[in-house]
Amino acid sequence: MKIFKRALGVEKQIDNFLNQVVRSGLIFSQGAEAYLTGNKTDFKRKLKEIVEVEHTGDDLRRSIQQYLYTKTLIPESRSDVLQLLEDMDSLLDRFKGALWRMEIENLDIEEDFHEDFLLLIKVVVETVEAIVHAVRAFFKNISAVADHLDKVYYWETESDKISTRLQSAIFRKEELRLSHRMLQRELARHLDKIADRAEDVADSLNIYVIKRSV
Amino acid sequence: MFGFFSSGLFLGWSLGANDASNVFGTAVASQMIRFRTAALYCSLFVILGAVISGAGASHTLGKLGDVNAVAGAFIVAFAAAMSVYLMTLARFPVSTSQAIVGAIIGWNIFSGSLTDMSSLTKIVSTWIFCPLLAAGISMPLYLMTGGGIRRFGIHMFKLDAITRWSLLGAGIFGSYSLGANNIANVMGVFVPVAHLSDISLLGITFSGAQQLFLLGGIAIAVGVFTFSKRVMLTVGKGIFDLSPVMAAVVVWSHSIVLFLFSSVALETWLKNHGLPQFPLVPVSSSQAIVGAVIGVGLLKGGKTIRWKTVAGITSGWVTTPIIAALISLLSLFFLQNVFQQDTFRKVEYMLDNEAMARVEQSGVATKSLEPLLLRQLPNAVSLKKEVEKLLQLDERSLKLVMETAELDNLKISVEALRGIESQIISENQLKALIKISGRGFNHRWQMAEALAEQSLEFQFNDDKEHNTRLNSLLKRLYNQFRQ
Repeated sequence: MKIFKRALGVEKQIDNFLNQVVRSGLIFSQGAEAYLTGNKTDFKRKLKEIVEVEHTGDDLRRSIQQYLYTKTLIPESRSDVLQLLEDMDSLLDRFKGALWRMEIENLDIEEDFHEDFLLLIKVVVETVEAIVHAVRAFFKNISAVADHLDKVYYWETESDKISTRLQSAIFRKEELRLSHRMLQRELARHLDKIADRAEDVADSLNIYVIKRSV
Repeated sequence: MFGFFSSGLFLGWSLGANDASNVFGTAVASQMIRFRTAALYCSLFVILGAVISGAGASHTLGKLGDVNAVAGAFIVAFAAAMSVYLMTLARFPVSTSQAIVGAIIGWNIFSGSLTDMSSLTKIVSTWIFCPLLAAGISMPLYLMTGGGIRRFGIHMFKLDAITRWSLLGAGIFGSYSLGANNIANVMGVFVPVAHLSDISLLGITFSGAQQLFLLGGIAIAVGVFTFSKRVMLTVGKGIFDLSPVMAAVVVWSHSIVLFLFSSVALETWLKNHGLPQFPLVPVSSSQAIVGAVIGVGLLKGGKTIRWKTVAGITSGWVTTPIIAALISLLSLFFLQNVFQQDTFRKVEYMLDNEAMARVEQSGVATKSLEPLLLRQLPNAVSLKKEVEKLLQLDERSLKLVMETAELDNLKISVEALRGIESQIISENQLKALIKISGRGFNHRWQMAEALAEQSLEFQFNDDKEHNTRLNSLLKRLYNQFRQ
């Protein structure tokens, strides 16, 4: 019976870890919105929150890692699961990194681009939420993973489209200094890369699913 | 006597070293179960299976060739163990069942005894049927397991925990079945020649056969602890890459097959319900595993099955009995001629007047057999040759002629009567024996008939269980009253 308790414990930890990834997306979305609207207080609060979430995520990941190795759980999929958790953690890091980028660069984002930036943020968060659903399905209902992965690929393509449109618009705004244009472009690329990274995780997950069903 | 058992213990040890890997190999290799845990459960349940349910399969092996001298039994077990050991060195998954059958046939050839073709056919046909049955079980079992996992959406970690329990359960069931089925290979040949007295311990009586099976079970357990780890770690990578769930399905299928071929209780139940029964023969756990793995592999499209390895394993199934028979023949020759040990009790044959009358009564035309009247023949093979020269008989009639002509030297002496243990015989049976005391018999059937005349309890009837018990009692009595 001990082994069932152990399984239940690690299940909860993984669920909790994935909750942190989703939460980081939501905090990032609210934080970015606060930044664009110039609400510094809210932005600072969200920055603090995302740092805490990131710490919690790191702790959980380490604890799961240690648990899986010391208790030799799921020996055949252990390395895949650990890689998956690390990849998911990197998404969380990137959300935090994007908010810190805004804080450090203190970039003045042109009002014309606000709508596209907000849309891009929404799509990126959707992409990450879709990959979280896929990962949860990987643990609980492997046949449902494919549906969630389809969503990841859909949102990632949307993110690419918005990002390209946004970068073109930034560089066509000739009254802006080149450096200003480049910094805004970099931010758009940073956000798009989160969706790209989620797509990479989806590709790996696809392989893990094939491996598990063999 | 115990010196002679050493070859049986050697065979038990090699069975433990090899076949335990079939039961727990995949679980240990995939780190689902620790070796120490596997070895502990495997040893314990092999011993329990051997002692509690070991008798079923040993009967068929006894029928194949009645090894009638302890030195002969020693060589038969030694030849089987040696061929298992040699095949293991050559890295072929080997079957002790096939080795022992080969070795017994070697003894039959050397001693001039006849190999009971119906028992041999029964055993060899299970070698083909066993892997097919294992595949037939593993396929639906895997489909059901997969369906269940999908249907109930079991979390990966819960599935991991369930799979570990399942592997342990299948391993325990497999070990028990392995002990019950394969102990006949290890100790079966010693049962008719060992004549051990019953022992009562804590109110439980252990028959001579059970004591031998306990000894064999312990030898298997030693094999598991000392040598099986290496084999366990390599077995999983053989034919097909198995996931832990597949491994559990494969081990369950293997264990079910072994159980089907060794459970007397199941046989009785099937018989009572008018269903076809499985022959109680020692089957090969390696064959069961290979069949089950191929079954699961085929469900996965069959492309990833390493057919070359399968072909290698199958060729080992043909060569093992041949090698064992050769080693057996060669060693018997040495032991008999160099070390002057009696590797078999000479059994002569003669169709005397009583025997002729019995044969005629059963409907065989004895006129053509008259040239054989009162001719003493040195062994079963020569009698068979002579009979076949004179007339064509079906297998059943030939068997009857052989059995009737077989000579023995039995005398119901008072001293021998005193040596009978009260636990093995009923009061009426003892009375029947006393009534015929002082009489001598040249044929065993004469003594059996004399006893049947005295008591109903010595008469065969429709009850298979009663007949089996009576046969084994008569065998003990023949040994007891042999001059």
